[in-house]
Amino acid sequence: MKTILFIEDESALQKAFGDILTQDKYKVISALNGEIGLRLAKSEKPDLILLDLILPNMHGFEVLKKLRQDPKTEKIPVIILTNLEKMEDVDKAIELGAKTYLVKTQYRIEEVMDKIKKTLE
Amino acid sequence: MFEKINAQLDIVGQCKRYGLSLWQCPQFLFIVMGVFIILASVVSYLVGARYILSPETVIFIVLVVASILFIIAFVITRSFERLAEASRMKSEFINIVSHQLRSPLTNIKWTFEVMASEEFKVPAEKQEEYFVNVKENIARMVELIDDLLIVSKIEQGSFSVAKIEISLKDLIKDLVERYKVFAEASHIKLNFYSQENLPNILADPSFLKIVTENLIDNAIRYTKGGGTVEIKLIKEKDKVLFAIKDSGVGIPKKEQKYIFQKFFRAENISKERTRGSGLGLYVCRSIINKLGGQIWFKSELGKGTTFYFRLPIK
Repeated sequence: MKTILFIEDESALQKAFGDILTQDKYKVISALNGEIGLRLAKSEKPDLILLDLILPNMHGFEVLKKLRQDPKTEKIPVIILTNLEKMEDVDKAIELGAKTYLVKTQYRIEEVMDKIKKTLE
Repeated sequence: MFEKINAQLDIVGQCKRYGLSLWQCPQFLFIVMGVFIILASVVSYLVGARYILSPETVIFIVLVVASILFIIAFVITRSFERLAEASRMKSEFINIVSHQLRSPLTNIKWTFEVMASEEFKVPAEKQEEYFVNVKENIARMVELIDDLLIVSKIEQGSFSVAKIEISLKDLIKDLVERYKVFAEASHIKLNFYSQENLPNILADPSFLKIVTENLIDNAIRYTKGGGTVEIKLIKEKDKVLFAIKDSGVGIPKKEQKYIFQKFFRAENISKERTRGSGLGLYVCRSIINKLGGQIWFKSELGKGTTFYFRLPIK
């Protein structure tokens, strides 16, 4: 069973995604902020990380940077899931090593699921 | 056509539209400068024609005139700077508001997508949870729009408050009860102390609730990683003093003078984090002033902030 770490401060999204991913036989671990997310990434070594950018205390870019600097987490693919849609944010995320960048309002939940599956294949 | 010309000539009206006083308004200052230049030219001509002046005196007069013009030009430039700053803050505000509306909208959209999904069948026992999520996110949007409407009323001057005899102690007690769970969720202890026999005050309960909710919410939100928030109510002569002390991030010194300005958000807090539109403290100050009170704060970076307001006893 593949493990997905979801770093997102919106509990409603955690719930909706968590349920749908669990039903698709993924193991989902959730983190409501970047610090917890980093800790879980190291200890649980997930197969994929879904990362929001606007997070309390630590920005998603900072989390991504730290994930890439740590040998334990540097190879885990990261999908950015955010409402920020500026070109510079997308560029920065890719430059920092994100695999895909998805703007929440532009995607249906099924499309996000497809991206997750493709990344994990 | 005539209406357009009239609008252009209505300098006072134009300055009001920018929200600037007459002596800070570029249009008005431009006219003052024009009149001053014409007068200076006429007077220089008359003086020069009547008396034969030494070249030093002419240089002196020219220097004085130039200096005055320079000062006026400086004030005009500063006014334009203020306008540009106001415009920048508005753009930033639109960004923040859009983001804040987008987050709950996305939550609602995706929650409904999961509920309507053919692949994923939401078990009956989970449906209620999903509806609660939707309800909470709609409430978030309503709250933000309410804030915007209050600001709009303040701006238009159509903002009136009732003055009813109320117990501030009871109002705070209810709020503290409501916020305790929220505070505990972030390891924050919320303490409330009120002086015995605190007299009632004259205020508008619904507006006063907005002020106190904003201050309590901020104190909890900006106290990171646990701490204490203390609320005190004390009688001071013919007034009641409210104080809320947090052990939070504090406000940087150079930004303290802007804290009650509309759309302003301090640098040491994430500008796009959930909630926090930069309107809360502006709304608080407008309400407290309207109720005949004063609001102020003391803050130290990294140590915390205390907000105070004082309202008259009936």
